[in-house]
Amino acid sequence: MTDRTDPPDLVVRGGTVVDATGSRRADVRVSGGAVVELGEGLDVPAGTTVLDAGGCVVAPGLVDLHTHLREPGREEAETVATGTRAAALGGFTAVVAMPNTDPPLDSAESVRNVYALADGALAQVAVAGAITVGRAGERLAPMAELAALGVRLFTDDGDGVQSAGLMRRALQYATGLGVVLGQHCEDRSLAGGGTMHEGEWSSRLGLPGQPAEAEEVMVARDIALARATGGRVHFLHLSTAGSLDLVRRARAEGVPVTAEVAPHHFTLTDDCTAGYDPVFKVNPPLRPRGDVDAVKRALADGTADAIATDHAPHAPELKDLPFDQAPPGMLGLQTALALAVTELDLPLDRILALLSWQPAAIAKLDPAHGGTQGGPVAQGAPANLVVVDPTATWTVDPTALASRSRNTPYAGRTLTGRVRHTVLAGEPVVIDAEAQR
Amino acid sequence: MTGFPTHLLSMDDLDAGSIAQVLRVTDSFAEVGRRANPKVPTLRGRTVATLFFEDSTRTRMSFETAAKRMSADVLSFAAGSSSVKKGESLRDTIETIQAIGMDAVIIRHSSSGVPARVAQWVDNCAVVNAGDGWHQHPTQALLDLYTVRQSLGGGDEGTDAFQGLRVTIVGDIRHSRVARSQITAYAALGAEVTLVAPATLLPPSLEGWPVASVSHDLDRVLDRTDVISLLRLQSERGSGDYVPTMREYSTGYALTARRALQLPPDAIILHPGPMVRGVEIASEVAELPSARITDQVGNGVAVRMAVLFLLLGQGTLESERHD
Repeated sequence: MTDRTDPPDLVVRGGTVVDATGSRRADVRVSGGAVVELGEGLDVPAGTTVLDAGGCVVAPGLVDLHTHLREPGREEAETVATGTRAAALGGFTAVVAMPNTDPPLDSAESVRNVYALADGALAQVAVAGAITVGRAGERLAPMAELAALGVRLFTDDGDGVQSAGLMRRALQYATGLGVVLGQHCEDRSLAGGGTMHEGEWSSRLGLPGQPAEAEEVMVARDIALARATGGRVHFLHLSTAGSLDLVRRARAEGVPVTAEVAPHHFTLTDDCTAGYDPVFKVNPPLRPRGDVDAVKRALADGTADAIATDHAPHAPELKDLPFDQAPPGMLGLQTALALAVTELDLPLDRILALLSWQPAAIAKLDPAHGGTQGGPVAQGAPANLVVVDPTATWTVDPTALASRSRNTPYAGRTLTGRVRHTVLAGEPVVIDAEAQR
Repeated sequence: MTGFPTHLLSMDDLDAGSIAQVLRVTDSFAEVGRRANPKVPTLRGRTVATLFFEDSTRTRMSFETAAKRMSADVLSFAAGSSSVKKGESLRDTIETIQAIGMDAVIIRHSSSGVPARVAQWVDNCAVVNAGDGWHQHPTQALLDLYTVRQSLGGGDEGTDAFQGLRVTIVGDIRHSRVARSQITAYAALGAEVTLVAPATLLPPSLEGWPVASVSHDLDRVLDRTDVISLLRLQSERGSGDYVPTMREYSTGYALTARRALQLPPDAIILHPGPMVRGVEIASEVAELPSARITDQVGNGVAVRMAVLFLLLGQGTLESERHD
């Protein structure tokens, strides 16, 4: 760790504490990186920093299962420093960094490098390792070596593992390591060069599309493989009604699979691409209304275990390319919580479950797996906290975001629900929506 | 009279009234084209740029001839020879052109949507789509309409002849910007459009398309066809993978001499070019009097003059002055 002076003691005052165990009115005292006292009307000795939480919810910090930090290799789009600042401002105290960097995170050396870059960052960075060497889908990456460094989630995200045989072997190998394999479900032979959802709008706009089946056949395949091997599969950014139905049925059978969905898949439809603005280009693509409704349903009925941002920064010049040439991806860290509060018809404690303790458990970053994320907010627990004002409204201004890139599709949108403070290991890294360093 | 749009990006930009207006103005410019000195001062002092990121000698020449016959200054940016090749971004290219000062830019690009994006970036400059990806090629549809109207011998003002006209479009509709523009254009004037193609060469969805019917059997629609428009099999866009062989495609979908005989006697045969004789159209069919393929090319200049005139406005149409 970088040498830093210990943060001052904190009292988070006047809020309602919400975590997996329920909700109660309580002030929270934090000292030495841990929650030391909960109760109403805690005293505030001199030298204590007070974080006002009046009218707010105090919860375990949010955990993003799906963040592209771009470093190393694409520092013009994002760095570990800028991405984790965006995370902290979005209420996240931990992010899982995707391995599709340059070089990819497929070796102990590259994983150690990201950990080093993340030392002193405004959010904990957990690394997702690549399943295959170079994410090329040809042979297994040294998963045990990476697991020994603490890697708990593996994925070739950006691509799905195309070979069913290789995926089966990876799952078999993973069962011995106690790690989870995240799949980006996209069958390349079906998705082809598809740049948006194949359907009414791609036909009208004359853009090559990728059909829903490109995602669904790989979901179905990996459910069969998880059932056969007992290996744990986590489905990344599911976007179609059919995929979510497959997961729903598999779970009912007891197949060990989990699923995340991204905010843009419950807020935006494929007709957003009508103006050919690549800010709406993302992979998996924006889908029609029926799929968007299915994603919301999956969040409501528990089929989806987590909301994950798929935060994917891209430099402005790349998003000025013609639609079919521009890279897919959208910013997500600073808008995820507010989009969930604004667009989902769910109580706040369910939204926090989807953004905090459930993803923490999937990434094995929770106390049950020896981690410090996802709460509960209890005496002696690590002080990773978010303070959310659930009724505050704000307007998304791309130039005001902490990310190095500007590719948010929500520019100008007014959202409800704002992160007020974020506490990382006892340090108030965000106070009144301002990053403290 | 309806207001003419600021840009011509898609046939969706033109309603029936605007289409009729284009055809009417085209009549005047066609007359100019028949003069010994086919030049009018309509766009003197105006600057028009052609910006072709994808090769097309025919369309580019047609637009440049149109602009020159109207006395516009014409700047020609060829992607192959300009700074685009050196890695300049599309946006920078447009900003450069904007800084030089253009009244209109005519854009062709292999990516769908580029003209629409450019229209969002420019000020006081009309954008004309000269073909973008699989999306639209509106002036091609307009010249088809003009050619059909000419062949049907309708009155000067008339688009009435299109009411109930049975138009059959055959071929690679999936990858065709021409088809997308044609379908909208014919339907706007009240024609009944039938699409004929193997299912793999149809768009994935036809939801919202103004199409009367779809068939996979060309022989069954021929005797119910007033206008047949044949599309090229776009092998450079990969459509070769959508049918087993060219021969199999031709067997089912080429307009052969035998099939041409099944058309009603006064049916019109169109092809947007470039033709691949023997694949979608038999050589002898292309030479029939009912094939108006050469007329299409000739009418292209007058139609494009009309489009530039209506977009850039202000000028006075010489022939209208005499009316």
